[in-house]
Amino acid sequence: MSETKNEWPLWEVFVRSKAGLDHKHCGSLHAADAQMAIQLARDVYTRRQEGTSVWVVRSDQITASDPGEKSSYFDPMEDKVYRHPTFYALPKSLDHM
Amino acid sequence: MPASITVSSHPSVQYLLRIGDTCLIYAQRLGEWSGHAPIVEEDIALTNMALDLIGQARALLTRAGSLEAELGGEAHDEDQLAFLRDERDFRNCTVVELPRGDFAVTMLRNCALAIFLKLLWERLADSSDAEVAAIAGKAVKEARYHHEHAAGWVVRLGDGSAESAARSKAALELLWPYFAEIFEDDVVDDAALASGLGPRWSALADAWRAEFGAVLAAAKLEPPVARAFRSTGKSGKHSEHLGFVLAEMQTLQRTYPGGVW
Repeated sequence: MSETKNEWPLWEVFVRSKAGLDHKHCGSLHAADAQMAIQLARDVYTRRQEGTSVWVVRSDQITASDPGEKSSYFDPMEDKVYRHPTFYALPKSLDHM
Repeated sequence: MPASITVSSHPSVQYLLRIGDTCLIYAQRLGEWSGHAPIVEEDIALTNMALDLIGQARALLTRAGSLEAELGGEAHDEDQLAFLRDERDFRNCTVVELPRGDFAVTMLRNCALAIFLKLLWERLADSSDAEVAAIAGKAVKEARYHHEHAAGWVVRLGDGSAESAARSKAALELLWPYFAEIFEDDVVDDAALASGLGPRWSALADAWRAEFGAVLAAAKLEPPVARAFRSTGKSGKHSEHLGFVLAEMQTLQRTYPGGVW
């Protein structure tokens, strides 16, 4: 690519709200490097006590499924309810699962 | 317009005002970046830091005002101290009232001040005044982050492009003479040491030079040579810039006394 680099790369931000929970994607931001991305993520996304841990990853490092293939990728699962484990009779002691 | 208040000249009150006013005036300067920083993320970061400093200033001014009453004088609240004092009664170091300058000035000043405040809060955590110790315990965490954030920028700019390096060098030359004032003691420091309220600020000088020097070295910036010039903000004799800061900061309370929203 020959375009001039006048914009900082984009980073995706993942925040863990408390210990034991997963990191959840909460947005993105521009930053020059990983360290700056972490700092800015802290300032932009956790300033109201939203987090206890932050991950950042360069957006261009994420490989995503093709939206054009949505129908072949995801639609076939529509009529396959038997893949949910809800057809088994559970022992009484586990019934609340 | 409400009359200006007169504040106790007791050294303990003065000591707390020096810290509180330094935080307050610097927060006012940092706040000027709100809506003007080069990127929105940094805009939010700088405003967050300004708010941290406002929080520290509020706590210290509140304590200074209650201490006035304990010493037998008239009590003042944080708002009176912030909005109804005249320029000569402000005790901030002169360096924080200088215009915000470009990003190099802002980040170098942030870094130098954050290191100083961090060292000061660390010592104040052992203050004989329990309230001051509690304020320091909370503030030191904020100062550590301010240090880390600003140091990253100082290195990035100082060791960056030819333009950013030249601006960083100019910023350091501009600010350097004003740092000396911070570490020069007077009777207020002596009294604070004697009462256990806090350290003499000169006691922080070596650690500050080492930490700030390490950041400058990483940024490929040379500490400028010492000069005879001394600013005198801590004793109330300010640069021509503070008046403008106060005019903007105080106009609302002076025009609508006690106004709230």
